[in-house]
Amino acid sequence: MSTNRQYELVYVLTPESSDEQVAEMHTQIEQIVQRFTGTIDKTENWGRRKLAYEIGHHREGIYVVETITGSGELMKEIDRRLRVLDAVIRHLIVRVDEELRVAERTRDARKATQARRRTARGLPPEPQPGEGRGDNMDQDDDRGDKYDRGDRYGDKYEVQR
Amino acid sequence: MSEERGGRGRGGAKGRDADKNKGGDRPRGGFFRRRRVCKFCAEKIDYINYKDVRLLMPFLPERGKIQPRRISGTCALHQRKLQTAIKRARQLALIPYVTD
Repeated sequence: MSTNRQYELVYVLTPESSDEQVAEMHTQIEQIVQRFTGTIDKTENWGRRKLAYEIGHHREGIYVVETITGSGELMKEIDRRLRVLDAVIRHLIVRVDEELRVAERTRDARKATQARRRTARGLPPEPQPGEGRGDNMDQDDDRGDKYDRGDRYGDKYEVQR
Repeated sequence: MSEERGGRGRGGAKGRDADKNKGGDRPRGGFFRRRRVCKFCAEKIDYINYKDVRLLMPFLPERGKIQPRRISGTCALHQRKLQTAIKRARQLALIPYVTD
């Protein structure tokens, strides 16, 4: 019964909670993870962020993302615990290892076909710098003009243990 | 007759008016629309991350509904992935369910 699946846990805390409470929340989760012999791979604290809609009279929330490797039982326990706590206004657990593996596979497949086609044309397998039409994808990018409210999550930092 | 049209695909029964229509082979009746390409295919984005609000926002028009494929030009595979990403982001209040 050894399962190491990778999960992403996102939870939103009430804006009233202090830094200590955020850190305590993290240690609580850490304890559960350790009890189930899982590991926390990464912790990201987005800090205070505006909610897209009001949740229980809150307009802001403190977002924390944790990447956890462990079993389904572990995540079930975390889910149960987060459900009970009042400080957590929203949380989401997503299994990511399979999705990331699929993404990796498509990327590798694309690279392989590119290399194959390029060698068939007598070119080096990797595209050289300054090759092609030279147009930058970012120029045709409509990201961040109309809908960019500039309230994207702040600097990522690791939570101190 | 057939040489006149020069194999211009959708020309249909126009034939004679071909030189008036300088814009080229625009579809009959409609105004010209830029050919839509799937953004995720074009930019080679394999994993549509639900946490990347700036990636998802262009696919939500003012009301906050998910933009249909026929408008955005997203391919079926990526629209499906986009859909789950948007729904996850909505649960986390990263993007709205509705805006009014």
